[in-house]
Amino acid sequence: MSARFAIGIDLGTTHSALACAPLEGEGAVVTVVGIEQLVAAGATATRELLPSFVYFAHESEAALALPWDDSRRFAVGEYARSRGAEVPQRVIASAKSWLSYGGVDRRLGSLPLNAPADVEKISPVEASFRYLDHLNEAFRAARPADGDLAEQEVILTVPASFDAGARDLTVEAAMAAGFENVTLLEEPQAALYAWIESNGDGWREHLRAGDRVLVVDIGGGTTDFSLIDAREADGSLELHRVAVGDHILLGGDNMDLALAHVVAQELTLQGKELDRFQVSALGHACRSAKEKLLGNSELDQVAVVLPSRGSQLLGGALRGELRRGQVEQYLLEGFFPQVAASERPKVRPRAGLTQAGLPYASDPAITKHLAAFLAAHSAKSGESSAQPTAVLFNGGVLKSPLLRTRLLETLNAWLAEAGAAPVRVLPGEDLDLAVARGAAYYGLVRHGRGLRIRGGTAHAYYVGIESPMPALPGFEPPILALCVAPFGMEEGSHAALPPQELSVVVGEPVLFRFFSSTTRRNDPAGNVLEHWRPGELAELPPIELTLPPAGRSVGEVVPVQLQASVTAIGTLKLEALALTPLVPDERWQVELSVRHGAGAGG
Amino acid sequence: MTVSNMPLLQRLWFSWLFGLRVLFDGRLASRAHALLEAGGDADALPAPVALERSVVPASPVGSEQTTNGGLQLLSLLQREGRFVDFVQQDITSFSDADVGAAARVVHEGCQRALRSHARVRSVRDEAEGARVTLERAADDVKLVGNVAGAAPFRGVLRHRGWRVEALKLPTVVGSPDLTVVAPAELELS
Repeated sequence: MSARFAIGIDLGTTHSALACAPLEGEGAVVTVVGIEQLVAAGATATRELLPSFVYFAHESEAALALPWDDSRRFAVGEYARSRGAEVPQRVIASAKSWLSYGGVDRRLGSLPLNAPADVEKISPVEASFRYLDHLNEAFRAARPADGDLAEQEVILTVPASFDAGARDLTVEAAMAAGFENVTLLEEPQAALYAWIESNGDGWREHLRAGDRVLVVDIGGGTTDFSLIDAREADGSLELHRVAVGDHILLGGDNMDLALAHVVAQELTLQGKELDRFQVSALGHACRSAKEKLLGNSELDQVAVVLPSRGSQLLGGALRGELRRGQVEQYLLEGFFPQVAASERPKVRPRAGLTQAGLPYASDPAITKHLAAFLAAHSAKSGESSAQPTAVLFNGGVLKSPLLRTRLLETLNAWLAEAGAAPVRVLPGEDLDLAVARGAAYYGLVRHGRGLRIRGGTAHAYYVGIESPMPALPGFEPPILALCVAPFGMEEGSHAALPPQELSVVVGEPVLFRFFSSTTRRNDPAGNVLEHWRPGELAELPPIELTLPPAGRSVGEVVPVQLQASVTAIGTLKLEALALTPLVPDERWQVELSVRHGAGAGG
Repeated sequence: MTVSNMPLLQRLWFSWLFGLRVLFDGRLASRAHALLEAGGDADALPAPVALERSVVPASPVGSEQTTNGGLQLLSLLQREGRFVDFVQQDITSFSDADVGAAARVVHEGCQRALRSHARVRSVRDEAEGARVTLERAADDVKLVGNVAGAAPFRGVLRHRGWRVEALKLPTVVGSPDLTVVAPAELELS
């Protein structure tokens, strides 16, 4: 059966969303599909967003039934999120951040982190699969005539900063959900597509050749930057994504948490003790107090009330308040300080072996991360300006006019200093749903109905090779970085074959160190780096190659060359080609997201 | 006009709005009282608001279903806004500051629940206190004061009225005991 819809899926760290556009017919009609989900024990409701949480029922509980499954033992969505405050050890949150974190085996059942023994832990990949599977079930329930998402053209968004391994794992989760026709799209690009879609043909009046659009996407858990250039080619406008930022685990949740701590501290000073439930309730109360203060400049303070947990509402309630001064101090000055363009985020050295945890950004100042991003990508490319000329905001955090204004003022101050004009703001709509909408619209673009943003891969990739020098006790041999995949490879293209040979032992898994860079844009495949600036290359989890003994004897050393290509899905593929093939075109796939230990994973 | 039993769900909403109006409108209260005394000639009262349950899959609407709707609504208001806790508690001995603090919790939560499950808008768009001309008598406008003569009616808008334009309650799944609008909580340590 051929696909009838382009389906855009925003698989977010804190929320997911689903949008749909018919492939037949005139014009782009993108609609957001409501997602039925459990909102309380025994009750479902349809919401535009699916909170990205999984809850595992205890045996004492009744089944977490859904209209399409009356014996389910886990829940995804709003009820799962609300159980997170009550039974945190049985709830998975932020699976997407774990998916992009090479410090754990992402196919190994590791979540929820501190689950009790009766919970069968699942991997970050499987958690992502559960979200996708729920979206599929909800789609079938909402639109029974339209079949299954597996039959449609699915566009799945990923942060632009996701490396090749995390992208692979996202596709793996989609395949597990039965989506065979899936394409990846970077979230900031999706936001720009949504902007184009919502402006109809009028968008061309807002963007001209020579423009450079900065997309700032601040979601619940991550911050993502991209630069997209508008260029003239053969008399028509082309859009090129020229740069993406590094993966920054910093978002709206951190901001709510910071405010909750401020209020909790005040309550503690008044001699009031908060338990875990009240701290969690405080987070929610502070979020809504923050939104009121940010949305209404006339308010000076908002009461934050923590009701008692018992059935007697009055009497045991704790009352605190959030003041405008605190929001400005902790949100504006903490997360969006007006810094000089030369400021850089503080890097805190990791303290040895810490408990398993996500590598949260150690500097909360988003403006410093932005300054670093712009400085790393301020090269002039062709006719495009070196500095951004327009900005598109995306993500729930930037619904606040106060935060948008602060970002804009900071950015414009940098531009003025550099002698550049202030940026224009491209008015985005519905910052929570734009990514899903833009992804569905991109499905139409792939059928020639709209302008495509070009750009190719957002990273250059390198394999670490040991430099030939004698082993010295106490010294690690210096490592060289061999470029195997240059920056900007288009879908369906192959990189040149690097001339360097690597030796692989037949029958034994061989690990190579693996690096990526978002800033080295001109290294061709085969380039060998002996030195690089700090921060220029990021080390990823190692990659693994195992040569099957077919036709060769175990233990034999086989020289290979590594060739990169980009699949139609948008994932990186790395293959080893035998220099002395036994059969024509003999090649083996290199595993990008390696399993740690045999037999692990799910 | 024959009048069937109003479903409980609608009755709950109606009793809520109606209760307030009885409280503040002596004339309506005496009419309602008269109606009760007379054994309930329903035709004397305005027709109930038509409610839409748009996302709920088609299912037979029987009396059990609508009882469930009422219980679900209570459960929803309790879950989001501690509504049952608030109404069940004797608040006479508490200070206005305590009641105010609790009211914020109830208000915020019930508002969230109402906004995500119902679309409520005013019956009339004019500002309260504005002079309004009503071309003909209407079910959604109640005349008060010196009520006499024929349409058009000219007067001052005292209350804009409320109309529930859409109501989507959560769908019941499995076979939960809906009479438990809030389960007891037992914290294990």
